[in-house]
Amino acid sequence: MKNFKKVLAVAVAAVMMAACFASCNGEKQTGIRVGGIGPITGGAAIYGQAVKNAAEMAVEEINALDSDIKFDFKMEDDEHDAEKSVNAYNTLKDWGMQILMGTVTSGPCTAVSTETNADNIFTLTPSASSTDVIGGYKDEDGNTIERKDNVFQMCFSDPNQGTASAQYISEQKLATKVAVIYNNADNYSTGIYQKFDAEAKARNLEIVSVGTCTDETTDFKTQLNAAKQAGADLVFLPIYYTPASLILKQAKDIDYAPKFFGVDGMDGILTVENFDTSLAEGVMLLTPFSADAEDEKTQNFVKNYKEKYGDVPNQFAADAYDCMYALYELCKAQGITMDMTAEEINDKLCAQITADDFTFDGLTGTGMKWSESGEVSKAPMAVVIENGEYVGM
Amino acid sequence: MTFIFNLINGISLGSVYAIIALGYTMVYGIAKMLNFAHGDVIMIGAYVSYCATTYMGLNPLLSVVIAMVVCTALGIIIEGLAYKPLRKAPALAVLITAIGVSYFLQNSALLIWGSAPKNFSSIVSFDSISLAGGKLIITSESIVTVIACIVIMIALTLFIKKSKMGKAMRAVSEDKGAAELMGINVNLTISVTFAIGSALAAVAGVLLCSAYPILIPTTGSMPGIKAFTAAVFGGIGSIPGAMLGGILLGIIEIFGRAYISSELADAIVFAVLIVVLLVKPTGLLGKKINEKV
Amino acid sequence: MLKKYKNLSNYARTSISTYGIILLAFVILFPLQQAGALSYSFSGMLVPICAYIVMAISLNLTVGVLGELSLGHAGFMSIGAFSGAIAAVSLGNGTPDVLRLVLGVLIGGVLAGISGLLIGIPVLRLKGDYLAIVTLAFGEIIKNIVNCLYVGVDAAGLHFSMTDVASLHMTNGTVILKGPQGAVGIPKVASFLSGIILILITLFVVINLVHSRTGRAIKAIRNNQIAAESVGISITKYKMIAFITSAALAGMAGAMYAMNYSSIVAKKFDFNTSILILVFVVLGGMGKFFGTIVATTVLYMLPEIFREFGEYRMLIYAVVLIVVMLATNSSGAKMLKDKIVDFVKNLFARSKNKKVEAGGADSE
Repeated sequence: MKNFKKVLAVAVAAVMMAACFASCNGEKQTGIRVGGIGPITGGAAIYGQAVKNAAEMAVEEINALDSDIKFDFKMEDDEHDAEKSVNAYNTLKDWGMQILMGTVTSGPCTAVSTETNADNIFTLTPSASSTDVIGGYKDEDGNTIERKDNVFQMCFSDPNQGTASAQYISEQKLATKVAVIYNNADNYSTGIYQKFDAEAKARNLEIVSVGTCTDETTDFKTQLNAAKQAGADLVFLPIYYTPASLILKQAKDIDYAPKFFGVDGMDGILTVENFDTSLAEGVMLLTPFSADAEDEKTQNFVKNYKEKYGDVPNQFAADAYDCMYALYELCKAQGITMDMTAEEINDKLCAQITADDFTFDGLTGTGMKWSESGEVSKAPMAVVIENGEYVGM
Repeated sequence: MTFIFNLINGISLGSVYAIIALGYTMVYGIAKMLNFAHGDVIMIGAYVSYCATTYMGLNPLLSVVIAMVVCTALGIIIEGLAYKPLRKAPALAVLITAIGVSYFLQNSALLIWGSAPKNFSSIVSFDSISLAGGKLIITSESIVTVIACIVIMIALTLFIKKSKMGKAMRAVSEDKGAAELMGINVNLTISVTFAIGSALAAVAGVLLCSAYPILIPTTGSMPGIKAFTAAVFGGIGSIPGAMLGGILLGIIEIFGRAYISSELADAIVFAVLIVVLLVKPTGLLGKKINEKV
Repeated sequence: MLKKYKNLSNYARTSISTYGIILLAFVILFPLQQAGALSYSFSGMLVPICAYIVMAISLNLTVGVLGELSLGHAGFMSIGAFSGAIAAVSLGNGTPDVLRLVLGVLIGGVLAGISGLLIGIPVLRLKGDYLAIVTLAFGEIIKNIVNCLYVGVDAAGLHFSMTDVASLHMTNGTVILKGPQGAVGIPKVASFLSGIILILITLFVVINLVHSRTGRAIKAIRNNQIAAESVGISITKYKMIAFITSAALAGMAGAMYAMNYSSIVAKKFDFNTSILILVFVVLGGMGKFFGTIVATTVLYMLPEIFREFGEYRMLIYAVVLIVVMLATNSSGAKMLKDKIVDFVKNLFARSKNKKVEAGGADSE
């Protein structure tokens, strides 16, 4: 009886292992295999799902074009966890992935980009903005980690955003006394804050109050009250829009009305279902993408996305959409075919993306260029929310 | 003035923990199980209320009633399907099942309502109270939460002390076997406990989201853990203890953040908990455990 | 053969079954892995599975053998992971990989053991659910502190700070741990072989501990603390032995785990990870190491196998978890299982009889 149980357990384990032995390469290849990794379940699911939706939409459009370049796209879930992300990466490798579009979030991407670097699989991440993702970033003291030379970013890197925000605030003379509330359990938020802090000091911008929170914080009144007491006339919020919407409400609750300044994570605040947009009135943010932009490309994208998925696309979706089109341009320029090895593709794409004459126009910017460092150069756009809509500043 | 501001803020945060802790402690006290899915029932309650007001345009108070009905039904179903068959199993098996239920509810919510956050409209319609020339503000949500907390605490205490069902609950809590011998339907009693606990979860969900209006599938998990901590803090199984524990936890969290270290606020909360448990090993108002030899 | 196995002592049986399955898995999988015959996905899971098996066995020592519920086991894993990573990075690229791995794992184990001692003193004074919540609290405190910790290394040695990278005051050094951004640039030196060795060491330590005089004392405390005390067993001492051993092994597993990924973050080792390991233990069986090994392997692989279900994957995992708990623990399921077992046995018995009859007929 006891042995029966044991035998059963071992049999189950053995069957599962056997299932894992065989690489599941059953499907017929119809194009260059591009893999995607991001959180489809769990607390960060919104970012992964946006990327998945937009990338799938872009692939459909690209495959409908009259061109030799066709993509096979597959997205795997990593639950915003490095270990699961590496598992997802290995699953995609079994599938025969030739290019990686991912991963979506920074922490997991840092682990996965080390793998893709070792395996020579070309990697373009839509939204993992930490410099550890691309590596090779030197700080003031010359501390560095090795550059992962086949990893590139579609989004701004965190330090760029921090520096750009401080520059913008001081150049436009938006405030003299600044308060910051950032998420000290999140690398995106901490990364931006630290550069913001350094740049603000260099520009004599006075930071009068610094409050922190974690992913689980729901009550920000203490931090807001500290900012209020310190007389800050601008609060810098390098955090995502979900907690930001709580901050805006609580600031109103305690009768505190400074200017709020956000970065690209703030984009999406107007799309929160049932959100009282009057709370966001006057909020400024640096963002590469605005769903309300007038240009045809954006309008088509937003329209199609809404039709397909029912939501207004956020910045993650736009970055992913750009990633797929950038990959399309890169592959076209180098004449990539689906029978090339991942390594061959990697060498060609790395040469192409850093080439002097390669620029890319997408939803999140025009004339984008990539340097050897892996960072993208594009101009951040400052917008202010007026009457529930983005208005360029 | 800042001190009073923080105190008020702590009480309002604590009252949210307290209202969740009441449900936790009720189920623990009678069924002797840690229902880790409680936080997720809260989340479901909030979603139901959200759908009722936003999509169906119903009155907020009516939506609370609907949420309570749905959550009660959900609680009874969960209890019947997942917990009842394990009545005689080891406590840990039930704990793991509860965790399974918690995953199940979270992922169901993700599939039903999607990952995009929803902004919960407060069910409270009167204005906040402003004192000392605007320097002190007591939000209407926290007033309602504190009152709801006290009302629920008194009602629960009376119910358990006075009603026949309450007596049965106390008997089951004391000794299941003996209670059964006295003709008490133990299974029914525990099911009723779960039903009440889940109805409370719905109220807690609506109040939690009225105070902090972001609704996502993981909304209930962290407040759930914090409330569990609060329940232990006050002495798990004790109804006034849950209320006291919740409020104190809120105050400690806010004070820790304001006066000690904003980065280490969570660590401070848990450190205080540890110290309290070392001094009073069964929580502030918990019953002393009598060891049987 | 089977009868002989059954007649063996409990110690011998546990040893044979646990060492046996690990060695068997190794003998089959290692050559396949070296030959590149395993899928990437499976090959990539080997080291984390090894680390989780060690975690689960060590937690089983606390939960199954000592009988105290711990909800903060991932905290020790965290301490081991970060101290191991720091050690491995500070040794520098010149050091051989094996030395980095061994030293990293040892330092991770020692530091986690020390923290086990410090945490054990207050924790073990408590009982039952109160003890559980305090372990949860310690797990969260560790996570919170690591999230604020900055560590770097340069020519002058290690630098620590609780604020930011700049306050490390380093020159041309390497930042190892950057608060919430976690530890990056960890050498990937863990391998399947080292994972298997760590499991064998763990099994050796735990099985021998459980079947020693000390182990019997620990089990006596679990079964009845007052009775154990009355026969002169020092409660604190034996509880501490079990708790510290468990913590140190978890630390070693953490260090091994960290050195399989180039970067780790403190958030990974939170309440959910503690719960995940607890699930492995409960499903594997209290105090049963063979079951723990199998349960960990199966449960770790389930979500990966469910990948083809896309967004329904975690929902299915939750359902499987509930169903398995019900099937193994509920009274109704037990009756059903007994019936099925009886039925199968009867079936076999009948076919055996038939065979005998048939065989008999042939020989005539």
